[in-house]
Amino acid sequence: MRRRIPLILFSAASAAVFGLAAVDASGGGAGATPRTALTLVAPAAPGGGWDAFAREAQQVIRDEGASSTVQVVNVPGAAGTIGLGQVAQMGDRHDIMLVTGTVMIGGVAMATSGETLEHTTPIARIADDYAVLVVPADSPYETLDDFVAAWQEDPGGTAIAGGSLGGIDHLVAGLAGAEVGIDPRDVNYIAYPGGGEVVSSMLSNSAAAGISGLNEFRDQIEVGNIRALAVSAEEPQEGLGIPTFREAGVDVAMSNWRGLVAPPDISDETRAELIAIVEEMQASDAWRATLDRNNWTDSMLVGDEFGAFLEAESTRIETIIEELGL
Amino acid sequence: MDQLTSLLGGFSVALEPINLLWLLIGAVLGTAVGVLPGLGSAMAVALLLPVTFALDPTGAFIMFASIYFGGLFGDSTAGILLNTPGNSSAIATTFEGHRMARDGRAAKALGTSAIGAFIGGTIATTAVVFLAPYLATVASLFGPAEYFALAAFAFVAISSVVAESVVRGLTALGLGLLITLVGIDQASGAQRFTMGAPALFDGISIIVVTLGLLAIGEVLYVGSRIRRERSRTGTLAIGGGSPFLRGAEWRKALPAFLRGTSFGLPFGVIPVGGSEVPTFLAYGTEKRLAQRRRDPDFGTRGAIQGVAGPEAAGNATAGTAMGALLALGLPTSATAAMMLAAFQQYGMQPGPLLFERSADLVWPLIASLFLGLVILLVLNLPFAAVWAKLLVIPRHYLYAGITVVAMLGVYAIASSTLDLWLLLAIGVIGVVMRRFEIPLAPVLIAAILGPLAETELRRALAVSEGDPSVLVGSPITVVLYAVMAAAVAISAVQHLRHARRDARQRVGAR
Repeated sequence: MRRRIPLILFSAASAAVFGLAAVDASGGGAGATPRTALTLVAPAAPGGGWDAFAREAQQVIRDEGASSTVQVVNVPGAAGTIGLGQVAQMGDRHDIMLVTGTVMIGGVAMATSGETLEHTTPIARIADDYAVLVVPADSPYETLDDFVAAWQEDPGGTAIAGGSLGGIDHLVAGLAGAEVGIDPRDVNYIAYPGGGEVVSSMLSNSAAAGISGLNEFRDQIEVGNIRALAVSAEEPQEGLGIPTFREAGVDVAMSNWRGLVAPPDISDETRAELIAIVEEMQASDAWRATLDRNNWTDSMLVGDEFGAFLEAESTRIETIIEELGL
Repeated sequence: MDQLTSLLGGFSVALEPINLLWLLIGAVLGTAVGVLPGLGSAMAVALLLPVTFALDPTGAFIMFASIYFGGLFGDSTAGILLNTPGNSSAIATTFEGHRMARDGRAAKALGTSAIGAFIGGTIATTAVVFLAPYLATVASLFGPAEYFALAAFAFVAISSVVAESVVRGLTALGLGLLITLVGIDQASGAQRFTMGAPALFDGISIIVVTLGLLAIGEVLYVGSRIRRERSRTGTLAIGGGSPFLRGAEWRKALPAFLRGTSFGLPFGVIPVGGSEVPTFLAYGTEKRLAQRRRDPDFGTRGAIQGVAGPEAAGNATAGTAMGALLALGLPTSATAAMMLAAFQQYGMQPGPLLFERSADLVWPLIASLFLGLVILLVLNLPFAAVWAKLLVIPRHYLYAGITVVAMLGVYAIASSTLDLWLLLAIGVIGVVMRRFEIPLAPVLIAAILGPLAETELRRALAVSEGDPSVLVGSPITVVLYAVMAAAVAISAVQHLRHARRDARQRVGAR
């Protein structure tokens, strides 16, 4: 009998993997509605920005009772386009939504092959945050004007660190360059895989300036390790103490938005139901708290309005990416 | 001594019975997912996030802390027993550990790895308690040029793995570098060897490469030779043995534990390739020392130092990585990133202001890191003997099980079928390499260090607009290159002396 113990342990272990791996095969049962079972596809690895967003949404949707079982499935890879490809091929599956955002549009534009967001059903744009341009504390640049002057003088020697290529950080750098008369191709952009690395590159003085999400920098700005020069919001941000690019005299605005899309062929009723779920989530107090905690700005836009926004945003980002020479 | 007072306060919270229960649950869960390849502790934290919302913040953090270390205790278990490391941080431990297991010393290898993980983790966590404010200074010293020097240093330091047969070693190294080239180039956005397949844009996961070469390769190789060997049933090794170290073994292992820890400590703070680099550095050092000692066990029967060093290094890295996460808000691994998100859910913002703002949460968390390490050691030592019994299973069943675990583990990473085909293809490469006696370790070393060296070199040169002098522009780089040059010179001189002595002996024998 003793000999069997390891065998049993081993089989139990295998069963556990199998159960976890089968997660995304489940939930496709007929007769269910998004109200009983809903899957959110986070097209990023655990720990990524979209994953965090998906899990926040999961939490609130479940607690508000908008849907009774909500699960998050991670399909990481290629700026979210792997997840997009999978969802775009799901036909009329009614119980699934994909987390999307600015970075995915950039990823689609750069990949030039594969699925685009046109092959999905737009559900809602939900929340925004912004990129912020920072310099190390001992940098000679006190304002955006100082930085721009030095940048125009020597674009190559003024390296800017930021997140991955084609993401919002890169796009903001390119747009700002174009706006102050620097060919976007001359922008010396150093890509890092995530905001954390950009922060450490600022602390180690590796680049002249850095661009990343405000959340990544917030504490370091507060203790004075790095200095914020401008934020990429459209409207002035009260209480933040950082001017927008526009206020500082450079006409650039771009938001890092997050939203949800569904498979392409779902029925109008299903779409209305999904939109209703998202609206219930967004209207809740718990979601207010979530927005506050993550420093996200509410930017709710549903259905066809969101569809129109997606189209305009795709065109805009494709143009920038082309100008950047990617 | 403020830290001591605060830490004792933290212990008083963490030692409440209910918190100890969370700690125990977390430790078991963490170990379980650590054992399974493909399921890292990042995934465990992600899956448990919703569960922990029901807990108060302290309880949740305590559970996260034990999952975090549990994963690191667990990942070497499967590596040692089945040659299927649960995570890339366990690759270096697997080399000698699996050799020990085949020699019938599986329990001893598992015990050594548990003790190593405990020692490394404990020293590192102690360092975090007292040095947290200074971690920021270390992190700020490292820019692209320093990272590149570090990667080059690591290459040289572990080149002894390659040195047995230069041609075969370089072949393996080249193969590893080739595999890492696949994917979208981070610096320019160009696609390399992706054949337009989006599933390859992010490159081939190191887990796929490891499991393909070590696990599937071994299974296929054994399968291909099954008729040539006399015993067709039989087991991989005789299990059993004691997991506890005896006096002589302690004397061998303890210095290796300490050497490993000292490699691991600084690496947790700098976000460079996680814990793989220090584990390989520790492995390389132990191998070099074994050669100097003329230890016949290393690389054949398996030497205890080869398990002790890398395992301590891995957990020491994890310990200081937790410090970097808390004191700097820098997530230096996927698990750390996940935990950062979890901390934020509870309104605790890791970063330079954390210790002032959320002292009531931080100190119980740090205290529970210590308690987690103790519980994990207590759990893992007696279990080592049970685990080792796994090897009593007849070989054909065991190998079928390994194949299933490897395939499921790889599928669990990204639910991608392409990964399964890659796993098989790399498994076949593994068979060919075994057939022609090409070492496997350099492939994995190159796959980990190659991309690091490349990205950092290009970043450094991009910032300096192509001026190579930036590479030796700081004291750290100069010191690293100087040590490297000295090491190369010393080993060249030794080589020559050995060659001359051998030649003389041959002349004398005539």
